Amino acid sequence: METSVATELRLGLPGRDESEAKITSVSNKRSSSEMDDSCDPQQESVAPAQKAQVVGWPPVRSYRKNILQKKAESSSDGSAMFVKVSMDGAPYLRKIDLKFYMNYLDLLKALQNMFKCTIGVYSEREGYDGSEFAPTYEDKDGDWMLVGDVPWEMFVTSCKRMRIMKGSEARGLGCL
Amino acid sequence: MCLFQSVMNYFPEEVLEHVFDFLTSHRDRNAVSLVCKSWYSVEKFSRKKVFIGNCYAVNPERLIARFPRLRSLILKGKPHFADFNLVPHDWGGHVYPWIEAMAKSRINLEELRLKRMVVSDESLKLLAKSFPNFKSLVLVSCEGFTTNGLAAIASNCKFLRELDLQENEVDDRKGHWLSCFPESCTSLVSLNFACLKGEVNAAALERLVARCRNLRSLRLNHALPLEVLQKILVQAPQLNDLGTGSFTHDPNSETFIKLKNAVKNCHSIRSLSGFLDVNGRCLPAVYPICANLTALNLSYAPGIFSNELTKLIRHCKKIERLWILDTIGDKGLGVVANTCKELQELRVFPSDLYGVGNAAVTEEGLVAISAGCPKLNSILYFCQQMTNAALITVAKNCPNFIRFRLCTLNPIVPDAATNQPLDEGFGAIVQSCKGLTRLSVSGQLTDQVFLYIGMYAEQLEMLSIAFAGDSDKGMLYVLNGCKKLKKLEIRDSPFGNMALLSDMGKYETMRSLWMSSCQVTLGACKTLAEKMPRLNVEIISENEGGAGEVEARLDDRDRVEKMYLYRTLVGPRTDAPDFVRTL
Repeated sequence: METSVATELRLGLPGRDESEAKITSVSNKRSSSEMDDSCDPQQESVAPAQKAQVVGWPPVRSYRKNILQKKAESSSDGSAMFVKVSMDGAPYLRKIDLKFYMNYLDLLKALQNMFKCTIGVYSEREGYDGSEFAPTYEDKDGDWMLVGDVPWEMFVTSCKRMRIMKGSEARGLGCL
Repeated sequence: MCLFQSVMNYFPEEVLEHVFDFLTSHRDRNAVSLVCKSWYSVEKFSRKKVFIGNCYAVNPERLIARFPRLRSLILKGKPHFADFNLVPHDWGGHVYPWIEAMAKSRINLEELRLKRMVVSDESLKLLAKSFPNFKSLVLVSCEGFTTNGLAAIASNCKFLRELDLQENEVDDRKGHWLSCFPESCTSLVSLNFACLKGEVNAAALERLVARCRNLRSLRLNHALPLEVLQKILVQAPQLNDLGTGSFTHDPNSETFIKLKNAVKNCHSIRSLSGFLDVNGRCLPAVYPICANLTALNLSYAPGIFSNELTKLIRHCKKIERLWILDTIGDKGLGVVANTCKELQELRVFPSDLYGVGNAAVTEEGLVAISAGCPKLNSILYFCQQMTNAALITVAKNCPNFIRFRLCTLNPIVPDAATNQPLDEGFGAIVQSCKGLTRLSVSGQLTDQVFLYIGMYAEQLEMLSIAFAGDSDKGMLYVLNGCKKLKKLEIRDSPFGNMALLSDMGKYETMRSLWMSSCQVTLGACKTLAEKMPRLNVEIISENEGGAGEVEARLDDRDRVEKMYLYRTLVGPRTDAPDFVRTL
């Protein structure tokens, strides 16, 4: 199961949403923790676009509207909220919402859980040296970076996708 | 009555006054003052609290003449639909003349509560300087002031107990208004600045909280991080009512652990709100106090997902008042129904105003609540869809509604199951809920629903109508049937002159009538204004193009876009802007 080249083609099904339903998902499903698949036909007869055009409808105070608008903006402007995560050797990719996590520890715990691997502890000098796997990400400039170098907030806004590399490969990154 | 009267008149006035002290409701006191001259006089001089539902129905001079010893005033300004941007900015509702007049007459004002009024910094400064015993300022849905005005209040009101700002538009100058509370101020009982957008001096707040040992209610704004909340809770474990500021932090951090411990110590918290900018995974910090909560407001927190909401709610068995977003979903409402058996008031607000409706509740959630919560008497429900069957079931389950407001996200959506209008459903509600005082209807509705309302809603005082009805008959049913109607507001409905003019005397029994985008014409409004001198009939134009714009539309046959009429003792108001014409 050696992967020798970083550019090798990877079999990957399209990324799937996390099962904890996010209200910002684009699908027309109702928010519930069990993925309720019933696409109510009557719902489609309601013209959702209509409500955006009527002044003062739904009747909600500006104060409340502003709060929702702020929230909608902050969750839709994220250049990298849902990011694909691939792991060397895994048959398909996963997708995670970076905004769901509070810090690197959180994120790495979740990744280890999801992929059933050990990533180990980050150190500035050694990277994830010694671990079987190392998490990396592609940033806005297209460069592959080691996860953990920059402050968390910066990471969240600049991460476009992630790849969990085999330790042997990642050692190269850690030494730079 | 004659014997009684002469017996009562035998008592000195102090006794009468003492008896009247037990009458707390405005209506009771109003009734008492009509009995005879001496009762009128005693009541007049002993009245401390006055409620004015429409600031233009009277004026400051008359208020002061009528109740010279008043100490507490409640004033409401703009019509309710101003909340939804239907009333142009600058329409009116200024509080300054009231404060000025009371200051001049040396009224010993202690409490002022304002709703939908324009409050300038100047007014606040004058208020702060003029009333040495001033104790309580509550501003709801007001605008026109900045934090400079608040600084004046903080600096000068030596005995301030309450400063409560609810959903106001405040220009936050980022001044240090909070630091203006002097070190000598220890009297605060209630402080709510959740609606302010700017930073506050956290250290000043902590010191303030530490020295105000009687503080019971504190609501922070989103600029205050969790660290500050934690420190404050350590200082003030006696709080009854807490509004958190932002509620997001690394759940593994030491600060968060400290917060959890601080919360555990707050045994008196009965009301919880805030969670502005929240991470749902921080919510477990409040689980320890949930068991005793009677009021919970999560409606400013769109970031909490449905499963996190329900996990929280499962801890809240004593909740009586719950405000949430529709992100909770029908299933979540099912959890509420199973858990919150003491629930009296529920408000479910829409979370998604800008996109495709995907996180909404339906009739299912409402039915579940009605079945599970026997004490439910007040509801505001924004929903994706509704059915007559559901409303009929709800009516059967909950005959005790006093307030029922249903708002379908699409204003004219029919019954989701049968495609019929929702007339029968609302008809069932008014027939079953004999104590209903406030009703808002929505969805596809014909004149029939108004027939039901007129027939059954005997206690109805306020009715809101939008995009409903077929003809003048609809409005007539309501005007003829609802004897206790005080406020009627109608938008985008085909009611016209015939309905408007059929019973003009009715409007003197009501506080106000709003009609916008209906079929009434200028000519009819003029007729009404002419025949009823004790009504102000205002025509409100959209463009602030000035009087010229209004005059240009001279034709009596033209429809009026917005009309607001109200009874008044003092004639046309003198502060009307150009685009408001009082006929």
